[in-house]
Amino acid sequence: MASSQQQQVQSMLKLDTKQSKRSTLLLEQPVTRQRRDKVSLSAFAFLFAEMIRYTQNRVLGIQDLETKLNELGQRVGVRVFELTMSREKTVRRETRVLQMLVYINSVVWRALFDKPADSLERSTENEDEYMITDNEPDILKYISVPKEMASFSPGAFISGIVESISVCCQCPARVTSHVVPAEGMPVRTVILLKFDKDVMEREKRLEAGKSK
Amino acid sequence: MIHSVFIINRSGGLIYNKNYNTHIAQLSSNEALIFAGTFHGIHALASRIAPTAKATGTKDTGIQTIDTKNFRLHCFQTPTGIKFIAATDLLHTRLAEALTRIYELYCDYALKSPFYNLEMPVRSDMFDAKLLQLVQQH
Repeated sequence: MASSQQQQVQSMLKLDTKQSKRSTLLLEQPVTRQRRDKVSLSAFAFLFAEMIRYTQNRVLGIQDLETKLNELGQRVGVRVFELTMSREKTVRRETRVLQMLVYINSVVWRALFDKPADSLERSTENEDEYMITDNEPDILKYISVPKEMASFSPGAFISGIVESISVCCQCPARVTSHVVPAEGMPVRTVILLKFDKDVMEREKRLEAGKSK
Repeated sequence: MIHSVFIINRSGGLIYNKNYNTHIAQLSSNEALIFAGTFHGIHALASRIAPTAKATGTKDTGIQTIDTKNFRLHCFQTPTGIKFIAATDLLHTRLAEALTRIYELYCDYALKSPFYNLEMPVRSDMFDAKLLQLVQQH
């Protein structure tokens, strides 16, 4: 009696495991990167376009639109940070400004867009401003902003991702995105990070301590 | 070479109109709208009176080319009812691949842009630029 019941339960379990192997439940997917992990750009482009349209219906201005997209990006950024840290198997979390920026430039960009960011610069006018440049961000290349909204940069989503990563690395910053077209690169986007005052003071103290 | 490109939406309205040959007479915007509506009508008529069986599986059963003494008009209808029309010189006998490419550009730069409303005129700089590139290749 018990064994037949057990067999029934086992066969039921077998059916269950068969289902969950093909299960598309997000939280049951393995964390390690698999080769089929890529999403088609077209699918994401449609989703992103709808995200922008959705937020446009709920805001009253370009600044608000960029802020809302920034918030959406922040939610993505926290999860991307956790995932990339666990996949990289690095022991330490970066807490210094420059190391964090290099981490974002290489690891995060590669995880999200399959290529490293194009350049990392420090602003010459303000000491606390850094710029990450992407010559052709794939998710933005299909978006044509009309002339009435010329100051709107859809890269606000990317700046949200970077902003939440900077908070996770204990270097909070105000991050904005700007479109700076150049030769042959009409969608060149610059992510501008303006670090908080205490972050810069901490960096100065640490530099002074090191050089001693 | 390709003289001009038109895109007509599902209800027969003109949503894109661009002329690439400056040496020929230009169509005024009113005339272009009338042309789009007329073409939409005769395309529908042609697909109705076509003597071939409808079992070919494709919805592109209407007018495909119109030949005149000086130019040729090519038309490609997508399964969603959008028509891509190109007027070329007599050297081009078939423009199906180019029109399909234009359809791809439309899907990319118009449909994926959040600022484009369906069935409305296409106003996208990237679409114009890419289309110009494509036309210059033919």
